[in-house]
Amino acid sequence: MLYFLQVSIDALALGSLYALVALAIGLVFGVMRLINFAQADYITIGAYSLVAPSTAAVPALMFGALHWVPMVAAVLLAVTVLALLTERLAFRPLRNTDTTTLLISSFAVSYFLQSLVLMLHGGRPKTVSIGEGLTSAVELFGLRIPGIQLLTMVVAMALLVVLVVFLKKTSLGVQLRAASENFEMARLLGVPANLVISIAFGISGILGGTISILFVVQTGSLDVRMGLMPAVYAFFATVIGGIGSLPGAVLGGYIVGILSVLLQAYLPVEVRPFRDAVVFAIVIIILLVRPQGLFVTGGAKERV
Amino acid sequence: MKLLKSSFPGLSLILLLIAGFAIIELLGSASTMRVATEALIRLVFAVGLYVFSGNSGIVSFGHMSFVAIAAYATTWQTCCAMLKPITMPGLPPFLKDETYPLLNSALTSVALAGAVAFVSGLVLMRLASLSASIATLALLFIVNTVYSNWTSVTMGNSTIVGLPVYVNLQVALVAAIAAIVVAYLFQISAWGLKLRATREDEVAAQASGISLYWPRVIAFTISGVIAGFAGILFAHSTGTVSINSFFLSHTFLIVAMIVVGGMRSLAGTVVGVTLLSVVIEIFRRAEAGISLGSIELAIPPGSQEMILALSMLLILIFRKDGIMAGREITLPKWCRKHRATSERRADTAIQ
Repeated sequence: MLYFLQVSIDALALGSLYALVALAIGLVFGVMRLINFAQADYITIGAYSLVAPSTAAVPALMFGALHWVPMVAAVLLAVTVLALLTERLAFRPLRNTDTTTLLISSFAVSYFLQSLVLMLHGGRPKTVSIGEGLTSAVELFGLRIPGIQLLTMVVAMALLVVLVVFLKKTSLGVQLRAASENFEMARLLGVPANLVISIAFGISGILGGTISILFVVQTGSLDVRMGLMPAVYAFFATVIGGIGSLPGAVLGGYIVGILSVLLQAYLPVEVRPFRDAVVFAIVIIILLVRPQGLFVTGGAKERV
Repeated sequence: MKLLKSSFPGLSLILLLIAGFAIIELLGSASTMRVATEALIRLVFAVGLYVFSGNSGIVSFGHMSFVAIAAYATTWQTCCAMLKPITMPGLPPFLKDETYPLLNSALTSVALAGAVAFVSGLVLMRLASLSASIATLALLFIVNTVYSNWTSVTMGNSTIVGLPVYVNLQVALVAAIAAIVVAYLFQISAWGLKLRATREDEVAAQASGISLYWPRVIAFTISGVIAGFAGILFAHSTGTVSINSFFLSHTFLIVAMIVVGGMRSLAGTVVGVTLLSVVIEIFRRAEAGISLGSIELAIPPGSQEMILALSMLLILIFRKDGIMAGREITLPKWCRKHRATSERRADTAIQ
């Protein structure tokens, strides 16, 4: 029972994390019909911005050397600027093309950023230690929870709440949701296109930066591919949830996050290395039952 | 004459390949030949990907899984009889203790890839096009996770060495021609036309009674077979197999080639693969360093990939349909005009 409780806390933490990434991807998809592969690299680059560019295995710290408040601020700022830059330079010229072209272009942007990291930092994984105090366990109602797990959960849930409030209650948030429901109609009603798209990318930058810090604290290592798995999980989350639906993205994020933790905990030991394959197979089975996703939206299919 | 006209787009590509082959065979060094062989194998894969993605307009990120499946299948059948029981103890006895003829194993491996493509196509093609693209990515990850963790059968992440090497430039050329012929025949077949109709306008195609499902499934299967064929060639040209080489970067490379050349035509695929293979080779040599007199010039490693990504982005922004913009190489105008006039003359003669 205790084990189950601990597992479900893990599941909730990871689920919230994936829900965040999925929400970022869902927001950008909503306003641009773009599935942003580069989201993976926002996370990677956020993590790498903690250290100075070098090929050393234990590199000198850059933003990581700061006190934690300016450190978080600097990373978030860097990733947000990066996200806005990719939008301005790569995606804006392509704004009115078909979804396939956009998908390929984001694949290209992602590959470009990944090679940039490779070029500056070298391909070997690195170790960084920040926030060591957080790895010690916290006793809570008889459960021993690693501090970082608690932090992840609190941060992810807080961000989710803030985002939902922002989307539901503020004028900008409502405009963003309107644009993501029907971009053309929203524009006709006076929603500025550039602004909402920039905000969507800004949010995905902030979320990417946050997740990168949480990851580094958790694993203590840097890898060129570190953003890949969360982003890929989030893609599947958005597809399961119904592509273009924001509540769907969040729900999908929780589904894949919880699934992967539960499988990790309860699969027989010899099957455990294949966990990702099992999760993706389940994703495909879900899609087999509901090809349009759990929430069907106008975004899934073009209207005639 | 009519036959020539209808087969010219495919024929011209084959002739161009043969011409390129002749030049390399006559003038090229051993290393050029190796590069050309690699490029031709890539072309086989790209043509396979084109059969599905080019004709349907749905980008697939999952085709490398068919390459991996076929490459490992042929490895199990042909590789290293002595070491196999030790390095891959999990194989069933009929694979562990036996070695099969090359042709048989190639055929069964391609068939396996085709079967997996068919089954996954049955599932994936139920999705709307964009979701299907993402779901092919799931396929790639499933295959990658399974093959890189199933250590007792695939040796995990380590590279398997010692496969018989029989693919040289000639074999690769024949393979590429075969792939182009299959792709072109599919493209002008009824199924191919239906699929292209769904690419241009899903709703209009459906309204004309074309199913979105079966043409896509068939194309996915054929392209899986060709991709599997490319897997055999990859495995038997270098004699090594490693799951890590059948993952995202290789996928990216081929997708970039197809996009730069123009995804909507077979000619675009051939042009893209040829052009980018040349560009990449130039950069690879530049990364290794060129000595000009006493000065050693080298560009930093990784710039090859960045140039590739950048050229792909620029093409997408400024010439969305790639270099060939969806056109095939058709019979030159003077030739067609000549034919038209001669026909007219014949017509008037009859009157």
